[in-house]
Amino acid sequence: MKKARQPNSKTLQKALTGIQGLDEITGGGLPSGRPTLVSGGAGSGKTMFGLEFLVRGATQYGEHGVFMSFEETIPDLTKNAASLGFDLNELVADKKLFLDHVHISRSEIAETGEYDLDGLFIRIADAVQRVGAKRVVLDTIEALFAELPNPGILRAEIRRLFGWLKEKGLTTVITAERDRPDKLTRHGIEEFVSDCVILLDHRILEEISTRRLRIVKYRGSTHGTNEYPFLIDEQGISVLPISSLGLDHPAPAIRISTGIARLDGMLGGKGFYRGSSILLSGTSGAGKTSVAAHFVDAACRRGERCLYFAFEESPRQIVRNMRSIGIDLEPWVGKGLLQFQAARPTYGGIEQHLLVTHKCVSSFKPSVVVVDPITNLLMVSTLHEVRSMLTRMVDFLKTQQITAIFTSLTAGSGSLEASEADVSSLMDSWLQLKSIEVGGELNRALYVLKSRGMEHSNQIREFLLTNDGLRLLDVYLGPEGVLTGAARVSQEGREKAAGTFRRQQMEGRGRELDRKRQIFEARMVALRAEFEVEEETIQQSISESKLLDEELLQDRGQMVRSREADASAYTKEGSAPVARRR
Amino acid sequence: MPKAKTPTRLRPRKLKAVTSKPKNPDVWKLRLFVAGQTSKSIRAFANLKVLCEEHLKGRYQIEVIDLLENPHLARGNQIVALPALVVNLPQPVRQIIGDLSDTDRVLVGMALQKII
Repeated sequence: MKKARQPNSKTLQKALTGIQGLDEITGGGLPSGRPTLVSGGAGSGKTMFGLEFLVRGATQYGEHGVFMSFEETIPDLTKNAASLGFDLNELVADKKLFLDHVHISRSEIAETGEYDLDGLFIRIADAVQRVGAKRVVLDTIEALFAELPNPGILRAEIRRLFGWLKEKGLTTVITAERDRPDKLTRHGIEEFVSDCVILLDHRILEEISTRRLRIVKYRGSTHGTNEYPFLIDEQGISVLPISSLGLDHPAPAIRISTGIARLDGMLGGKGFYRGSSILLSGTSGAGKTSVAAHFVDAACRRGERCLYFAFEESPRQIVRNMRSIGIDLEPWVGKGLLQFQAARPTYGGIEQHLLVTHKCVSSFKPSVVVVDPITNLLMVSTLHEVRSMLTRMVDFLKTQQITAIFTSLTAGSGSLEASEADVSSLMDSWLQLKSIEVGGELNRALYVLKSRGMEHSNQIREFLLTNDGLRLLDVYLGPEGVLTGAARVSQEGREKAAGTFRRQQMEGRGRELDRKRQIFEARMVALRAEFEVEEETIQQSISESKLLDEELLQDRGQMVRSREADASAYTKEGSAPVARRR
Repeated sequence: MPKAKTPTRLRPRKLKAVTSKPKNPDVWKLRLFVAGQTSKSIRAFANLKVLCEEHLKGRYQIEVIDLLENPHLARGNQIVALPALVVNLPQPVRQIIGDLSDTDRVLVGMALQKII
């Protein structure tokens, strides 16, 4: 009756459910060939779970299914499934699916002794055989407890049924109603299902509904143990996170521009890393959207796709407002490079937003995503939930190598950093925008609080929103920190005056030097003239004395000749010693 | 075996041949659904036989249907628990499950009490 372990299976074989996200959490689906209990309160999505399990099995994995409904009629079921986009009639016609409604009512039934559920066994076996089913869903088999007398027999029979299903190697989903928090099922049938138990929950917190799924147990397999939010929409069930079980996303080294030249400069000259997550936080009116718009504009200029989630402003309003600072986003929308996704946060629960994000990202395939602002999500959820949602979102976007910008509104009062501490640790880069009040005016300033993996400026920079975009200004430091606005202007003026003074001083000195040089040169000329005069007289006296010498020599020769003495002694050679002697 | 098409049914199949007959029939049509020759089904048949002989002598027909042979009939007649005695006539259709050992309850279930 009980033992139906597959002899070959050393590791547990699993049957993929095809339900988005569930296969990741369970590590490959539900235990194949074994019953799984899906328990939850009224309206928690048990039937949908079962239906999707069968439909996906039949359409995606070639495993046909049998749906035994103990509550809803077949037309109702078909209608409900159509709301998820499943055409049950077609699957039934293709012999991929078999639907059976087990209808019994106590008023038509009298119990007159010992009975068993062989009728049900036969019906299931027949249905399984008709479509060659591998999967079976028993939608709320506990309904039998209300209709059939003698619960003792019923319990034993249900136990036998589960054993039988296991023996047949049918992957079975058994749904059960949970009406008390301390019990998984109303009639305690969970004790018969020992392989896998999944709990669905639908709770309302502060008027906003959230569906959650938790794997209570999964024998022989590891599984995610958290409560995972999930959604039911026109594409079926999606359990979130779709991919957030590991931290193994790639880390590209490509840098992309912020669209603000001088901001790139503050970030090591190259901008952000592609695929990083960036937090732009600031008080209201600090220019968060403008910075984000610059980034979007730059990305579109590079020909990349951008997805803009606006939780505060309508797309038209954003386009109009950004035009005032010289950014025209309209052409990008027209070219299909930019897509806005605008909705009030209150329109759905936090999971719905996450799901919408996932869907849009999957279909639009952007390389930049802007969420403006994340703080509005707090309206529909708690900080804790927003944080967990953002973690998932960041992880998801990172695995897709999408650069994400999150703007965050910080309250006017209180510490700017502290209020965001909960999400900031998820972010790779954090730009803080703030208004600085100096001398009776508010001015905008920006600084890079952190930027992982790159050198970045530590300065607080003032910026202006001008007609042609955001402009970062030079830093003016005053005695009380960075100077902004009028203080900066006056400081600029002061510096300009000081500069002029210095320049004038320098020019004056230059002129004095010129003057000195002129004097020096004039003196040089005078000295030279004096020198020349002296030289002339000296030369004159030298030549005079030379002449005198020659005359003397001539005179002496004439005298010798006239005396007829030895003329040889007074030839030209002989004159030298005489001259030497002199 | 009429396997051609068996669309899933919402309500028990009504036998067309007999629905037009008057309320108080001359013949009680009883169908006993069983799954093979189990002790319970044999017991149920025996109990039914005794009961009918006692209260409906000559006015009854018992048809024993083995669902192991005709499994699709289980769906058509909304059989879940076995053995099941289905009383098609007189209307409405009633199902009496179990081995029919509790004679009084069988009689109540068949609405025979007032006839007698």
